[in-house]
Amino acid sequence: MDPYDTPESTPRHGASSRLKDYFIGATPLRKRLEAVRKQASFVPTPPRRKIPQCSQLQEDNDPQKFAFLLHKQWTLYSLTPLYKFSYTNLKEYSRLLSAFIAAEKQKGLAVEVGEDFNIKVTFSTLLGMKGTQRDPEAFLVQILSKSQLPSENRGQKVLWTGWFCCVFGDSLLETVPEDFTCVPLFLANGAETNTAIVGTWFQETFDCHFSSLAINAFNLSWMAAMWTACKMDQYMATTEFLWSVPCSPQSLDISYAIHPEDAKALWDSVHKTPGEVTQEEVDLFMDCLYSHFHRHFKIHLSATRLVRVSTSVASAHTDGKIKILCHKYLIGILAYLTELAIFQID
Amino acid sequence: MSVLRPLDKQPGLNTATILLVGTEDALLQQLADSMLKEDCASELRVHLARSLPLPSSVDRPRIDLIVFVVNLHSKYSLRNVEESLHHVDATFFLGKAAFLATGAGRESHCSVHRNTIVKLAHTYRSPLFFCDLEIEGFRATMAQRLVRMLQICAGHVPGVSALNLLSLLRSSETLAPEDL
Repeated sequence: MDPYDTPESTPRHGASSRLKDYFIGATPLRKRLEAVRKQASFVPTPPRRKIPQCSQLQEDNDPQKFAFLLHKQWTLYSLTPLYKFSYTNLKEYSRLLSAFIAAEKQKGLAVEVGEDFNIKVTFSTLLGMKGTQRDPEAFLVQILSKSQLPSENRGQKVLWTGWFCCVFGDSLLETVPEDFTCVPLFLANGAETNTAIVGTWFQETFDCHFSSLAINAFNLSWMAAMWTACKMDQYMATTEFLWSVPCSPQSLDISYAIHPEDAKALWDSVHKTPGEVTQEEVDLFMDCLYSHFHRHFKIHLSATRLVRVSTSVASAHTDGKIKILCHKYLIGILAYLTELAIFQID
Repeated sequence: MSVLRPLDKQPGLNTATILLVGTEDALLQQLADSMLKEDCASELRVHLARSLPLPSSVDRPRIDLIVFVVNLHSKYSLRNVEESLHHVDATFFLGKAAFLATGAGRESHCSVHRNTIVKLAHTYRSPLFFCDLEIEGFRATMAQRLVRMLQICAGHVPGVSALNLLSLLRSSETLAPEDL
């Protein structure tokens, strides 16, 4: 159909094959255009998705390594690919970023009372935070405060944490040229001003663009279904949903809490295909909750907007805030969020 | 009678009637007002309904065009439309029915996926319009479009019939979403 359709496996080594690529047109830009064109014809909603399982890569790692990522509220952003980012230059980047932050703070743009300007920035890679071997390594940026007193040297307070990752980002990785590093998902915890400063530095240094990732009600209901489907040994929190009713003058909030085992029992009765979650199952799961609520309160929850979902695995808010509670399904959660981030970049 | 049929009544002289079906009362009212503001050679009548079937006790003129309005922010409106579709005779879907999806502009508020409504419109072989009825300008444009479509469906435009219009609209869709 398309005269420029090329086979996927065109090797890009050597000048002669580069010339051939130019004529055949298998440049990453063209692949990107084709991918976008395919998506523009109809918006894809995968009718089925894998239930997040422990991936092979993660099982080799010690769960304690990522313990500091759990139980914290992260604000989500999507990030376009970084140009000429190198994992070997991390020390250099931390030096540049601390200088930039010090300069910004000197300018008075982000002055916090009572804070000394001794700030240290560290960049480190998070090994194992990826889905396939093709995914780039995740890396972490932390802003620590250096205390003046030598006695407190060991306890450095972490002021701000941000990490970049890409989990199962194949659809983006295929269409991006060599000099770019794709880490579309960015999670930040800490003061908003620091997030803005770090974001500005990254945008200036690597020619990328951040945008905040909102999660709409459709995706929240998918998350609710997928996380309820996860097998847990013990449930730490009740499964809770929060809906916002659009009415004037102030919107009302409806909160619905279910015992996690009941939610799992409901999911098991709805779930048919092992290992996969389909759109029909998600719809049926949510419809059961809606009809139960309607039977008791005569309120149609389906006419309201789902704003927050909270399970024992993780909790997510529509403004793009997430809290991960269980390390076992971390990769699965990140995979879904990466998919949302990639979709937003496109 | 519980099923709406397109040709069961005599047409009124120079009258064109449109039926808007949807749960979003305020939006439907605003759309109706916008439509009535349009200049039109025919006499326009706009009927609003939350859902079908319509009460049979009311005496109403022949309905020339039905527009099912779905709010992408609310799954309830989608369910309501799906249920109402059962009360419409199949011959309406030969150009005299259309779907209108509102709320696609605010992606963060959407709880119905765009694909769902696209699939619904495809199943019923009817045109689908996306329009944010909350925004004045878009609503006025949509009202204009609907008035023109209504005139064709009522037979007031010589040389073009509803079925003609349907096949013209359909040929612009290059890709049938078969693998949905």
